[in-house]
Order: sequence, then structure tokens, then C-alpha cells
Amino acid sequence: MSEGLNHWTFVIASYAIGVGGTVLLVGWSWLEMRRAEARRDRSRER
Amino acid sequence: MHGYANPARFLRLARLFTAPLLISGLALAGLALAWGLFGAPPEKLQGDSVRILFVHVPTAWLGMGAWSAIAVASLTELVWRHPLAGIAARAIALPGAVFAALCLITGSLWGRPAWGTWWVWDGRLTSMLVLLFLYLAYIALADAANRDGDGGSRIPAIFGLVGAVNIPIIHYSVLWWNSLHQPPSITMGKSEMAPEFLFGLLAATIGFSLIFGGVVLARMRTILADSQAEARLRRRAMEASDE
Repeated sequence: MSEGLNHWTFVIASYAIGVGGTVLLVGWSWLEMRRAEARRDRSRER
Repeated sequence: MHGYANPARFLRLARLFTAPLLISGLALAGLALAWGLFGAPPEKLQGDSVRILFVHVPTAWLGMGAWSAIAVASLTELVWRHPLAGIAARAIALPGAVFAALCLITGSLWGRPAWGTWWVWDGRLTSMLVLLFLYLAYIALADAANRDGDGGSRIPAIFGLVGAVNIPIIHYSVLWWNSLHQPPSITMGKSEMAPEFLFGLLAATIGFSLIFGGVVLARMRTILADSQAEARLRRRAMEASDE
């Protein structure tokens, strides 16, 4: 604070990393689940 | 508790809750973070950097809460041999590691303007870093045990229980040792936080927790679907070799 840093740079970086990381986690977990369930359904049909 | 040990019954419930948890969590966390960015006022001492807490606190809560959940699931697996407990622990580990990492990164981004440094080797930060390493070790151990087949899940379960020793160390580190990190602002039934921060923070924490619940259900469904497909392929291979 004493160095006169622009706090918004740190705020934006935190939100970008926090939100980006969470969205990646959700998207990846969802896609993995869909792929695994499709694989299981295919193995059932064979 | 064993009523939900049947994977088919669990899957029916998981299918019902996965998407609603994720959607409501993303909506609530999104609203809380928008409030943190544009609605909440700058704090008297910390200025605008206080907005980082709306991301940092929920990720810290989930980083620690997830390992507590791994410990409970591990105990359930070891004592009651609940068939879904080991799967739940494995499903929790990755989101726990992600949130512990996000907590460390956002904490560092908050520390630079607030403390004048990115990192200090004090009790809170170091024990949180140890937690991230414990997650990575647990994931590697659980994957290896899963590849080795039946019976191997006891080792990750014991590791999950032993690793829980670190959780009270993280929590009490700011009281036991001198630290740049402030003591807890919210304790049972008491808060030193102004309402404009407190309610936004609670909403963000609930939102992120709902997302975490949805991700864990999705990952449990993935593990179950993979093991069902693998069991089917193995059975078919054995039938083919018998013919």
C-alpha cells in the first residue's frame, strides 16, 4: 500500500485466476463425466 | 448410511443433483463476485484490495473443507467399509487441490498490496502450501492404488486420515505463531466484519461450496462409469478367452 500500487491490478488478476480456475474445473469435470458415461453406455450396447 | 451404498441408487440421486448444484453455485458465486467487484465499498485500511477476499476466503474454506471431507470419507471406508466412501474421497481430491492452489495464488496477490510481499514462510502460508502438497501426494497415491486393483484403497484412506492433522494446524497457526496473516475475522456466532462484506462473503462461500458439491458428484459419476465400463470389458474378455 505504501508503494502506491494500483490495487485494481491485483484485484482483476485474482478474479481472473479464481473464476478461470473454477470454470475450467467445472467444465473439465462435466466433460469427463459425459465422456465416461458415454463410454459405459457404448460398452453396454456391444 | 449403507442405504446409499448401492451405486444405482446413488447414481439416481447424483443425476438429479449434479447440474442444479453447478448452475445454482455458478449463479450465486457470480452474483457475489459481481458485488465484490462493483458493489462493495473500498475498506478503510486495505482499500480496493479487500475485494480479493471474495475469491480468497471461499477457496481457502474449500481447500481446508475438502481435506476434512476426505478424512471423513477415509474413516467411513476404513471403519464401515462403505463402498462409495473411497470413490467420494478420490473425487474430492482434485477439486480440493485446485481450491488450495487458488487460495495460495489469490492470497499472494492480496499479500503484495496489503503486506508489501508476495510470500512469507510463516505458519499459515507454509501449512497451506503443505496442504497443497498433501493433495498432490493423495492424488498420486489414489491413482496408483486404483491401478493396482482391489485392497489398495486402504493406503490412500490411511493417508487421508493422517493428513487431516494439518487442518487444525492451518486453522490455529495465526493464533499459535506470529504471522502477517490476520486472526480469523469470523468465528462461531461472531463476526468483526462490516455487513457489506460479511453477507457478500457468505454468499460467495455458499456459491463456491455448491459448485464444489456439483464437481464432486460429477467426478464420482465419472469414476463409477469408468469402473462399470472396465468391469464389463474385463468380463467380456474372460468370456472370449473361455470360448
